[in-house]
Amino acid sequence: MIESNMTWYKKGLRDGIPIALGYFAVSFTLGIAAKNAGFTAFQSMLTSMLINASAGEFAGFTLIAAGAGLFEVAVMELIANARYLLMSCALSQKLSPDTSIIHRLILGFYITDEYFGLSVARPGYLNPFYTYGMITLGGPGWALGTLLGCIMGNVLATNIVNALSVGLYGMFLAIIIPPARKSKIIAGLVAISMAASYAFSRLPVLKDISSGIRIILLTVLIAGAAAILFPVKEETNDEH
Amino acid sequence: MMNTNVYLYIGVMALVTYLIRVLPLTLIRKEIKNRTIRSFLYYVPYVTLAVMTFPAILDATGSIYSAWAALIVGILLAWSGRSLFQVAVLSCMIVFILELFLC
Repeated sequence: MIESNMTWYKKGLRDGIPIALGYFAVSFTLGIAAKNAGFTAFQSMLTSMLINASAGEFAGFTLIAAGAGLFEVAVMELIANARYLLMSCALSQKLSPDTSIIHRLILGFYITDEYFGLSVARPGYLNPFYTYGMITLGGPGWALGTLLGCIMGNVLATNIVNALSVGLYGMFLAIIIPPARKSKIIAGLVAISMAASYAFSRLPVLKDISSGIRIILLTVLIAGAAAILFPVKEETNDEH
Repeated sequence: MMNTNVYLYIGVMALVTYLIRVLPLTLIRKEIKNRTIRSFLYYVPYVTLAVMTFPAILDATGSIYSAWAALIVGILLAWSGRSLFQVAVLSCMIVFILELFLC
């Protein structure tokens, strides 16, 4: 690690600003769902502090509101969040083998689509302090958004919520498009992934598959096929 | 709904979610040598993020037109090398401005 932990932490803080804004918007609607499930404001915030997963929390609130049992909720979380298992595997290869267990336990707690996407996009080994910088802003954004959503319901103007919700997708594009510009393989993968995802969300039968399962299924199929057809040239850990 | 029950539900959700996230990260301590697995894990983020972005972005806003505009503007800005922050904020702004007229 040539650059210091503090430098990486500051970079993380800077990249954490759009994450925090996007999280605030998404978790605001999550807070409304929590309220509908009979959660108090404190309980909704606690859920967001402990779980940090939009789909998982939404699914949980919906099931609890419908009177589901603990086991059903556990299975639902397993399905809704299974993609994090893949992300965790991928992230394990971005960590220097001598990264301590403490860092691994904290990073694991905060594997979200956004923290993960930005963390793996860094060339070379990941300095955990970069991710901690993002969490410093994103974590409170997520928890406070849920809290306020639960308390204030629909006070925030719809057009502001609509505008903010697109921010997270903007971030995803900023992560996948620049490498796609440099590599035809990645560009092709991105296009195929989007087309397949669209087909799965619109075609009969396929569209009944939950979005969590769809993400895992397509990731395994498409990334798996790409790994066999276009194995990455042996390099060091630095892929960029 | 009783409050004690709610905390039990929160606990179960948190435990299941944490185990999924933390087990690979703590159990896979070494660099994987197998080339196919390495390639697979290298491609995972691009495929996953692309699958999650589209078509979900189309349902994220109040109008399909503002959503398409955000998608196209986002791709063009990212292609031209704008920073993450700029891509995210400008995508939001295009939605906000368009929805002043559309909705």
